[in-house]
Amino acid sequence: MHSTDWLQFALYLGLLTLITKPMGLYLMQVLDAEGRTWFDPVLKPFEKLTYKLLGVDPKREQSWLQYTFAMLAFSLVGVVFTYAILRLQDVLPLNPQGLPALSHHLAFNTAVSFTTNTNWQSYGGESTMSYFSQMVGLTFHNFVSAAVGIGIAAALVRGIARSSVKTVGSFWVDLVRVTYYLLLPVCLVFAIFLVSQGMIQNFDGYTKVKTLEGAEQVIAQGPMASQVAIKMLGTNGGGFMNANAAHPFENPTPLSNFIQMLSIFAIGSGLTYYLGRMVKNQAHGWAVWAAMMVLFVGGVLVCAHSEAAGNPIHQQLGIAAEDGNMEGKEVRFGIFNSALFATITTAASCGAVNSMHDSFTAIGGLVPLFMIELGEVVIGGVGAGLYGMLVFVILAVFIAGLMVGRTPEYLGKKIQAKEVKLCMLTLLVLTLSILGFTAWACVSDWGVAGLNNSGPHGLSEMLYAYSSATGNNGSAFAGLTANTPWYNTTLGIAMLIGRFLMIVPIMALAGSLAGKQAVPPSAGTFPVNGATFTVLLIGTVLLIGALNFLPALALGPIVEHFLTTQGRLF
Amino acid sequence: MKAIVSELRPAISATLVLAVVTCGVYPLVVTGISQAAFGDKARGSLITDKDGVVRGSALLGQNFTGAQYFHPRPSAASSGYDAASSGGSNLGPTSQKLNDVIKERIAVYRSANGLAEDVPVPADAVTASGSGLDSHISIKNAELQAVRVAKARGMSVERVKELIAASTRWPDLGILGDAGVNVLKLNLSLDDWK
Repeated sequence: MHSTDWLQFALYLGLLTLITKPMGLYLMQVLDAEGRTWFDPVLKPFEKLTYKLLGVDPKREQSWLQYTFAMLAFSLVGVVFTYAILRLQDVLPLNPQGLPALSHHLAFNTAVSFTTNTNWQSYGGESTMSYFSQMVGLTFHNFVSAAVGIGIAAALVRGIARSSVKTVGSFWVDLVRVTYYLLLPVCLVFAIFLVSQGMIQNFDGYTKVKTLEGAEQVIAQGPMASQVAIKMLGTNGGGFMNANAAHPFENPTPLSNFIQMLSIFAIGSGLTYYLGRMVKNQAHGWAVWAAMMVLFVGGVLVCAHSEAAGNPIHQQLGIAAEDGNMEGKEVRFGIFNSALFATITTAASCGAVNSMHDSFTAIGGLVPLFMIELGEVVIGGVGAGLYGMLVFVILAVFIAGLMVGRTPEYLGKKIQAKEVKLCMLTLLVLTLSILGFTAWACVSDWGVAGLNNSGPHGLSEMLYAYSSATGNNGSAFAGLTANTPWYNTTLGIAMLIGRFLMIVPIMALAGSLAGKQAVPPSAGTFPVNGATFTVLLIGTVLLIGALNFLPALALGPIVEHFLTTQGRLF
Repeated sequence: MKAIVSELRPAISATLVLAVVTCGVYPLVVTGISQAAFGDKARGSLITDKDGVVRGSALLGQNFTGAQYFHPRPSAASSGYDAASSGGSNLGPTSQKLNDVIKERIAVYRSANGLAEDVPVPADAVTASGSGLDSHISIKNAELQAVRVAKARGMSVERVKELIAASTRWPDLGILGDAGVNVLKLNLSLDDWK
């Protein structure tokens, strides 16, 4: 790493640390039905009108089950809404290129993908989607799936913070308030900043140009900035163009790249502060944040080092060794910003890419893959990262309790068999989906037929696809040809499993914790702040991740690394 | 099931209301402000020649093959620099195909620019970018091509290097990103010089 790389990294970590507290304090207001924000004079009347149109009483809180049912009903309507738009694309407006309707399996996959905050894309944006599909069918979910995730996290935190009550908040209030007071105002400013950097925002048809050498070049256009702002802030990640944030329009400058990277982590980082504030133990919020940061910095350093070292096979052919691995990377970002972006986008469940992970070195590509498989708990997706990490927190407390032989407690709540079972359920379901679907694809003709690379890299492509879909990430080892009925359907199911079979046990956990009596801390209570706790939490995350996925990773990227050093090709 | 059905009415209303706000009002406001404040950029930073013909976008690379032009990076976007079909090669580190194509590009690059067999070639000159539309090449790559371009145009190498410097983009704020030379801007400035 060059000295400027270290400076960029330090600047990134410094700014992220600085925004964590203000974001957390703002979230306190947004996630409180009675909270006050600067935007109240403008937005309060619209908020009230919205509740009226929805026919819900904002003062009426819901039990965990009602909250879950509301979320499921809303998600179901959202899937149908987007599926219908994509299937009717050819007759809907804002389609200057006359793009045809999507096939049923691609429309299913895409509707599920955006509803679940995954943004896996079996298609290339500019060659498949009309402006209407992008702006309405997809952007809608970029907003609301982010708001839903934040709402679920808030419901779980309320469950932890409250005692002896039945309710965990109102789904509709969380949805509306997060969208109006947090996502929309930030995106408005963010989108205009992106245009100032060169991002497009128009409804023109594709522009035909005559190049300097006299050839024809067709330039795809569209209302991009408004979609990209929420794509990053809401950790959605679905590219407007096929090349996503590598495309010069979708990420014009290193400055736009830097701010996009910051926006991926902004809300997730603030949520850890929100946790500390809500449970009246700010040191706990910071301890969780610190565990995330240690894993994050480790991932960035391994990935950047491996990409900077480059590919010995290509260096043998005559590529300058000091340039690193530039296949699939943009000159304006260089090695470090590509590795940093790749780690951030997979640590969070964003999935936008500014370089092609499929062409990373074996170890450089292992980092994003492993970040997803750890459960995207390193800051993680908006909301999803926090509730995912809280599962590990409860397991860490449980393990600590076993070690000292006392009933584990978490912030005054006894952790009993029911809570531990719910936590384990979320982890096992995810692992089963990732490994099960990958194994199925490996032994099926349809699975192997989609590969762009052979040998261990082919296994990595499949493993990455199901990890990304189950983890609701959406990035890819993009060589995989996934726009086939089998891949679209199995990946769609994996995304549904990863979203809803995670959320339902989490909500049950929230309900269970909210109903418990708080017990005062005693001498035997394991403190959930400080370095000991942080180390235990990191250990729990790594241990579970490694136990679940090391065997599969050994057959993919790890063996590929050793084959690269020996010059073996496939 | 009944509990879900009773939530369907607010779910449908919420979908419609939030769609109007986030997919109607919001993008139109962004479009209005962007077009007013940064019209050129919002429309794709298009470059027009003196006859009013659009010749490209300042942000997007184009194919160049003639000896009198600087050459961009190899592109995996369709047949090369297809700005309606962006993308990378997605070939992995142990790909035979990638190995073969890099080997060939290195040979072509060395012979076009008169480099000896043992001179290392800049990585960006022989690898495809992620977008397939990378508008930049490294400074090292541009300087290695300067002699060829100067000879083809009958210009001095010093003058070509001045133009390279004028088309170089340095890291934002001095530290963000890597330096690069915008190939389209450079080639445009060469044509103007003539």
